[in-house]
Amino acid sequence: MSVLAPVRAGWRRANRQGDLSAAALALAPAVILFAIFNIYPLIYSGFLSVMEWNGFSPERTYVGLDNYRAIFESAQFRNALVVTFKYTAGVTASSVAIGLVVAVLLNADIRGRNLYRLIYFLPVVTSTVAAAVVWRYLMTPGTGYADVFLRNLGLTPPSPAWLRNPDWALRIVILVGLWKRLGFNIVVFLAGLQNIPKDFYEAATVDGAGPWGRFRYVTIPLIAPITLMLVIMSVIDAFLIFDVVYVMTEGGPVGTTEVVGLLLYRQAFRYFNLGDASAMGWVIFAIVFVATLIQWKYFGARETGL
Amino acid sequence: MSAETLPLAAGVQARLARVKWSNMLIHAALIAGALVMIVPFLWMLTLSLKPAALTHQAPYLIPTRFELANYEAAWQAAPFARYYFNSIVMTAGIVLGQVLLSSLAAYAFARLRFPGREVLFLVFLATMMVPFHVILIPSYLIIDRLGWIDSYAALIVPRMVSAFGIFLLRQYYQGIPRELDEAAMIDGASRLGIWWRIILPLSGPGLATLGIFAFMFAWNDFLWPLVVINDPNMRTVQLGLAMFQGRYGTQWTLLMAGTVTATLPTLLVFLFGQRWFIQSVAQSGVKG
Repeated sequence: MSVLAPVRAGWRRANRQGDLSAAALALAPAVILFAIFNIYPLIYSGFLSVMEWNGFSPERTYVGLDNYRAIFESAQFRNALVVTFKYTAGVTASSVAIGLVVAVLLNADIRGRNLYRLIYFLPVVTSTVAAAVVWRYLMTPGTGYADVFLRNLGLTPPSPAWLRNPDWALRIVILVGLWKRLGFNIVVFLAGLQNIPKDFYEAATVDGAGPWGRFRYVTIPLIAPITLMLVIMSVIDAFLIFDVVYVMTEGGPVGTTEVVGLLLYRQAFRYFNLGDASAMGWVIFAIVFVATLIQWKYFGARETGL
Repeated sequence: MSAETLPLAAGVQARLARVKWSNMLIHAALIAGALVMIVPFLWMLTLSLKPAALTHQAPYLIPTRFELANYEAAWQAAPFARYYFNSIVMTAGIVLGQVLLSSLAAYAFARLRFPGREVLFLVFLATMMVPFHVILIPSYLIIDRLGWIDSYAALIVPRMVSAFGIFLLRQYYQGIPRELDEAAMIDGASRLGIWWRIILPLSGPGLATLGIFAFMFAWNDFLWPLVVINDPNMRTVQLGLAMFQGRYGTQWTLLMAGTVTATLPTLLVFLFGQRWFIQSVAQSGVKG
């Protein structure tokens, strides 16, 4: 009794205005669900990544870091990593560069800015599955609009088809990724550009800067932080690609579009290698974690809400 | 006189012409880009209205015939109505859950004082960077052990809390003046009473933003439903569409009727809610 008295007094003090009990009530649902469906699975997945298990047999064997060693030794996983990096680099570079150009054009005093922004943003909110289905057919030889359009321009499609050619399949998947990502980057860039005070441009003009000079010495330095942030956000987003390849190519042809997410899914839910698949998950986590750390270092943990 | 004004007028005209020319070039570039963005939409619409007999004709972009037969056929070939129902139930559950639970938690983080508040908030924040791929397998095993495979609970419950939502609303609540809380407190309102009567009614735009984000996420989500749903009757629209593609992959007109069906809700919600949506996307960069 007497031992508990100070503790109880402490709690009572903390609860002076009914804050503690109200907070407990308000946070309980979120905390409980979070613990069960976010925290616990995270620990569980770390545990699985050092086990050999197929998901239903009662036998589980501890194998230490063997799963990690095994996946890094497997040509399939290394290929998947390379493909994912290529995809990520392709989508990030193109969507950031083109996004900046379009945002600069939109920032010029032109009519219909909101309409343009709206149109460029539409793919962002479109379901990836539907987008992948449409793009797959757009590229179908003979009947797909994009295929026929390119033929009319005098371009010979690769054989046997855009999405079945090992050189082209990933490029098309990157194109779809760019199409889906571009609008997001434009909107963020445009907001950044509109935040640059007009005085800066006027001062640069007084100092004799032309349009290029103003872009080079005012816009670029002031937009640099946003650019870095968009690069990181887009890297994190692109690295987790799954839907598009699942629908468009199923990883083919000959594994040229087999991204890590798809490999993980197959290892877990088709071949029941839960250990290997979990280890892959942690490798993805490590890579995304590095990107996030950079983001936090430059922008602060609390500012990066998205 | 004319000799004096002419060069001036010519100069102004030339400048006007230059302004117009550069604007024309900008418009030309923007329109070309916009066409690329919009062609897939236009084409799926056109194709979905195209008579099946004409499928193998040369592709065209602007609809010339309007036949709704493909929609009927697609809705008969696959239970799209059922998919729709499943997607609506799932989306409604996730949106309601995220908005309510995030709002409650955000209120506690923004307004209440309790030990461990900062740590707990940081834990929530930190989990935002955990990729879904990492927890996919254990989450499936948990759902399996709960006996929730092929249920709405599996689709909804694990995604009812959003760290992003808590973060977003906490930010928003910090902008609501504390004087309002204090006034209500003097009137004898409890903590949760303040949340319900003061904070919630004032957080319309914040809730709308979160609601739209949650809606887009839930309606378009694919990987999680793919994993926890085996029963064809429990498929969501996205799952149904992916399976439909596998089965009717060559009947493109039907397939496109399916994609229009799958895309329409998000496009409509976006068009109505774009103000909040675009604004908060834009802010995500400006803050940094």
